[in-house]
Amino acid sequence: MAEFKKADSMLEWFDQRLGVVNFAKVMMTEYWIPKNINFLWAMGVLLTVLFTFLVVSGIFLLMYYKPDVNMAFDSVNYTIMQEVAYGWLFRHIHAVGASVVFLVIYIHMFTGIYYGSYKKGREMIWVSGMLLFMLFSAEGFSGYMLPWGQMSYWAAYVITEIFGGIPVIGDELVVWIRGNFYVSDSTLTRFFMLHVLLIPLAIIGAIVFHFYALRFPHVNNEKGEFFDFDEEAEKYLAGNKKESKVVPFWPVFLSKDFFVLGFFMLFFFYLVFFHYNFAMDPVNFDKADGLKTPAHIYPEWYFLWSYEVLRGFFFEIAGVSGKDLGLMAFGFANAIFLVLPWLDRSPMVKPANQRPYFKYWFWFLMADLIVLTVYGKLPPTGANAWVGFASSMTFLTLFIALPFITKAEAKKVGGK
Amino acid sequence: MKEFKILAVIVALVGITYYGIEPYAHHVMHPEVAPADFTFKDLKNVDMSIKGNPENGKVLVEANCVACHSIESAGHPQVMPNADAAASYGVVPPDLSSAGWIYDKNYLANFIFDPVTAMHLQHKYTPESGKAFPMPAYNWMTPQEIMDIVSYFQGLAPKAKSGIASHKNTYEVACGRCHSMAYAGFEATTPSENIKAYMGATPPDLSQYIKSRGEHYLYSFINDPQVLLHGTSMPRTGLNQKAQEEVIAYMESIGDSKKAERENLGIWVMFYTLVFAILAYLWKRKIWSEVH
Repeated sequence: MAEFKKADSMLEWFDQRLGVVNFAKVMMTEYWIPKNINFLWAMGVLLTVLFTFLVVSGIFLLMYYKPDVNMAFDSVNYTIMQEVAYGWLFRHIHAVGASVVFLVIYIHMFTGIYYGSYKKGREMIWVSGMLLFMLFSAEGFSGYMLPWGQMSYWAAYVITEIFGGIPVIGDELVVWIRGNFYVSDSTLTRFFMLHVLLIPLAIIGAIVFHFYALRFPHVNNEKGEFFDFDEEAEKYLAGNKKESKVVPFWPVFLSKDFFVLGFFMLFFFYLVFFHYNFAMDPVNFDKADGLKTPAHIYPEWYFLWSYEVLRGFFFEIAGVSGKDLGLMAFGFANAIFLVLPWLDRSPMVKPANQRPYFKYWFWFLMADLIVLTVYGKLPPTGANAWVGFASSMTFLTLFIALPFITKAEAKKVGGK
Repeated sequence: MKEFKILAVIVALVGITYYGIEPYAHHVMHPEVAPADFTFKDLKNVDMSIKGNPENGKVLVEANCVACHSIESAGHPQVMPNADAAASYGVVPPDLSSAGWIYDKNYLANFIFDPVTAMHLQHKYTPESGKAFPMPAYNWMTPQEIMDIVSYFQGLAPKAKSGIASHKNTYEVACGRCHSMAYAGFEATTPSENIKAYMGATPPDLSQYIKSRGEHYLYSFINDPQVLLHGTSMPRTGLNQKAQEEVIAYMESIGDSKKAERENLGIWVMFYTLVFAILAYLWKRKIWSEVH
């Protein structure tokens, strides 16, 4: 055993045993972030806070929720919403938080795309972030089933049905996922397990990995500028704070994040208390009924764009059925963002608007995703179906064209 | 300045998306319908300008109505228990104590004259269907006699005139013969197997209808179910505006009982958050003044 001298303070006592002083330096006061950033760089901290809100409100909900098809609906809408003191508050925070977390994820993600924060050493940040997006999607989908309302049931039915399109194993796979031939009690209990245990564990792991992936390549900045972090850190520590290009995570970076967080929370709580229907669909306040199909079935808003890619193909092309084409396009749409760092062949790390070709690609993509999202909710009839087809094709084309567009850009700027 | 520009772009993109998936999609999936008509102007069989005589109305009611209907407040108790009444008529006949209070005058007069037309249920009680509405049409009465009956009902004092007791009473009289309200511990007075046979399907429990349908939908729907759900076997009940608003208020008090608490707490939480945001801003200014 090492020899410990008697500690003079509590801090020293802990430092001897846990190395807290060094740990705080590495994690906080000497973890360097570029100074040249705007409020979009606060989205990571916003997401961490929202995730914490979801975990805490989820723990409270877990105390009263009953994962059983006969009890789930009333345990949520009566016990939690009306009987338990402030149960409604936890449910509103959980439901609205789950929706808003996706809004911030999308802002975070498209900030990354806009500023090119996924290449030249930052590939693993991007990949781990997309992994988190997928895990959050699974978490959102499994959680939406739990209140066992009409939309819970029918969204679960439609989404699990998608796996039936996979060749050879499709039909068996659907039964394996549902634990039954139809969406039933076994489906509810297994998605309950996924929602409260397995996926949250995976998310926590992936968050740690995502943070770790940031340490070596460092956070990007507003101009995409590369500089020597150690050199800039030395300047800062020597007292040239104004001259240095970096700031410490604590307190400088976080002070800005807390400010953004404060105003964001104002918006968030407005939604929680006064404007929550977008996250708690009225249809889901009807108890699940497998014999009564709702007039319109749609997923939560954050899945609408990929849902629209799925149903955008509604007719046979070259002997392949619309359903199969849609499924292939859906698979493509969900996987393609993951490999974005390798689709962008241009070496430029700059905000999109300073890149001669990429800027068009970026804003086209944004417009197309908005069209897909809006038409993903509308009934797919008449002209709507064709808008869906055209915007799905546009989505596929944009990603297939990206390597060529960025290659041409690389040629034009000549490796700058 | 630049940060405001970025914020404006994000607000615009989010705003367009929100408009598309919420107000616009809602408008496409649920087109606006004709506004609620509390005068029931399509019903014209009885001349509303006739002044009724309540004493004569009392005689007519006792001769024609109380064989099936109770009027508790006028000393006419229920003739038989609910289960027997439901077995005899298909559905428990309503107690008429509140009839003059909750139903529109024109509707009530026309209902007595011809119930099926007043309820907009001609599609259900066609001659071919072999079904007959349990209450006969009193179209053989003179308009004066019908108005006498209406004026008698209007003179009966209701159990409660306002407040939650009145809301509850109106719900139970107007809706409670068919619709349960589990979250209020209330079961429909007509036994479920009878009402299922009578209506063709079990009428839904209304505990969460204030949430699943919303006030706006209910306002049109209760006034005339056929407008929003064409072909439904739910009758137009003829509630006047006050009674309909009481029903909706009751549904809200049961289905969304924490509304007042939510809205009150919401203000405080937002105020607290605003204080936090302002302090955070001041702190940020102080910290960043050292590095800029």
